[in-house]
Amino acid sequence: MTSPSTGSVSGSVTGTSPIVLDVTDTAPIPFGRLVGVELRKARDTRASFWLLAIIGIVVVLAEAIALIVTTVNDDKIQFGDFTAVAAFLTSVLLPVLGIMLVTTEWTQRSAMVTFTLESRRSRVILAKLAVGVILTLATIVLATAIGAICTALYGLFNGHADWHYGWDGFFGFIIGQNLAMLTGFALAALLLNTAAAIVIFFIYTYVLPGLIALGAHYMDWFDKLAPWIDFSSAQGELYELSDMTGKEWGHLVVSGIIWLVVPLVIGLRRILRAEVK
Amino acid sequence: MIKVEGLTRKYGSFVAVDDVSFTCQPGRVTGFLGPNGAGKSTTMRVMVGLTPPTKGEVTIGGLRYHDIPNPGRHVGVLLDASAQHGGRTGREVLTLGAMTMGLPESRVDEMLDLVSLTKAEAKRRIRNYSLGMKQRLGIAHALLGDPQVLILDEPANGLDPAGIRWMRGLLKNYADRGGTVLLSSHLLHEVEQIADEMILIGNGRIVARGDRETLLAGAGPAQTLVTSLDNAALAAALQAAGLPVEQAGRGLRVQAAAADVGRAALSAQVVLTDLRDGGAGLEDLFLQLTADTQREAPSSLQAPTPEGTVA
Repeated sequence: MTSPSTGSVSGSVTGTSPIVLDVTDTAPIPFGRLVGVELRKARDTRASFWLLAIIGIVVVLAEAIALIVTTVNDDKIQFGDFTAVAAFLTSVLLPVLGIMLVTTEWTQRSAMVTFTLESRRSRVILAKLAVGVILTLATIVLATAIGAICTALYGLFNGHADWHYGWDGFFGFIIGQNLAMLTGFALAALLLNTAAAIVIFFIYTYVLPGLIALGAHYMDWFDKLAPWIDFSSAQGELYELSDMTGKEWGHLVVSGIIWLVVPLVIGLRRILRAEVK
Repeated sequence: MIKVEGLTRKYGSFVAVDDVSFTCQPGRVTGFLGPNGAGKSTTMRVMVGLTPPTKGEVTIGGLRYHDIPNPGRHVGVLLDASAQHGGRTGREVLTLGAMTMGLPESRVDEMLDLVSLTKAEAKRRIRNYSLGMKQRLGIAHALLGDPQVLILDEPANGLDPAGIRWMRGLLKNYADRGGTVLLSSHLLHEVEQIADEMILIGNGRIVARGDRETLLAGAGPAQTLVTSLDNAALAAALQAAGLPVEQAGRGLRVQAAAADVGRAALSAQVVLTDLRDGGAGLEDLFLQLTADTQREAPSSLQAPTPEGTVA
């Protein structure tokens, strides 16, 4: 540290001593700027940078492995299948991204600074949500681009590329991945703790469907109820989007309210009202 | 500029801040003093909307914090220098602040210069910073938006003596230019030299306020400590003049102003070797006013016995 000096502090603080703050020339912080700041925060630490890098690497690796295996065995594979392989893995990683967007602010206590610079907390949370959606869409674009490259290479090696993708698969992919990210986001808002949110997410995804299936197997009345509370199965229907009936949409909406909307609302209420220390 | 009115904050049955009212004037440094847990930080968190008050209100320049657009441009805040992501560099923290407030990147360099953090230090991650460096960074962050009001919670904590002197100069200069400064401390000497006004808080309540002189005047009747070549003769002269006197160490303690003691000595023709104000200092006053809230009563300290065994 060099020897400290008492240099000039500011330009606008002058001899006059106003009792009232003149804020007429001060514009509120635009929402786009908040999104930009949150986007930067999502990659400016080692943990957040590597999470994004790993998502990218996993997408590329998964599709490359699918390409190698199918090329060597001369199995049939479509454009859409490549992205589906990537989607299977990113549906585990994107929720972690959703969780980290919320929890780092609390575990590292930087929420104190964030909510001091923008005291309308709901806008900060919305900006974080927007960043989650932007990064999820970026993942989908990457998975689709790599899928296209893999399909082209497959055609080059095997002579018969199958460019079938299907809008069903595409929109199912977009909605499904965003729901996965949002579920992580909601659990993080509810728990405000990275480890707890990740554990609960995996219970949600891997343990709960099994329990529901078990209950449905032994109890008749539960069997009828199960589709309405099983969020995982309801999301599975998304990949045959055009075949989805009103009933299946109903399953998605009802189970989504139970497992995503309720924790999100409780979590947001808490974040908006809580004392920040 | 800062106006706190009837502020109360309860946590269950515990009252952290109890009906506190005060104002901070522009162009002045207001010191907010009290022992740990007296309610300083809670009051400051309420000011910037991080803690909802149970009762009462705080306005800054006539506005509630929540209603100030882009508040970083008007109110510089440092509540906890450690409340930053340890994985970010110092420069990154300032860059995020500047981005949020809509300031150019050049402002970051200006602030780093101002708080004397070098380029190399600014590139290090905050988890590797000393507390003093975090405080400098926090002060830089608070000043980023060129605010008219500064709210600093224990900013001198962790600064070395040179750093404390530097900060005093910085804040004095800032207030002289018309800025409003509220800074808290649990250490009197950090504040008494720069604060134009002091607010003493203990147990969530304001126990005293005013500038140095007002506070000392309220500390009780004048007392003088005097030593002379002939204390017995002096004591007799003082008693003859009707001034209560008692033995105090090698000298005398007199319940009177120094001038009266000097006059008595002069007429008794006793040579004085030491004459000084024996009234309770600001430190004593501070301890006395906040005595109920101190965690350790000074009297409970016992000197170890020569053998090192506990008596």
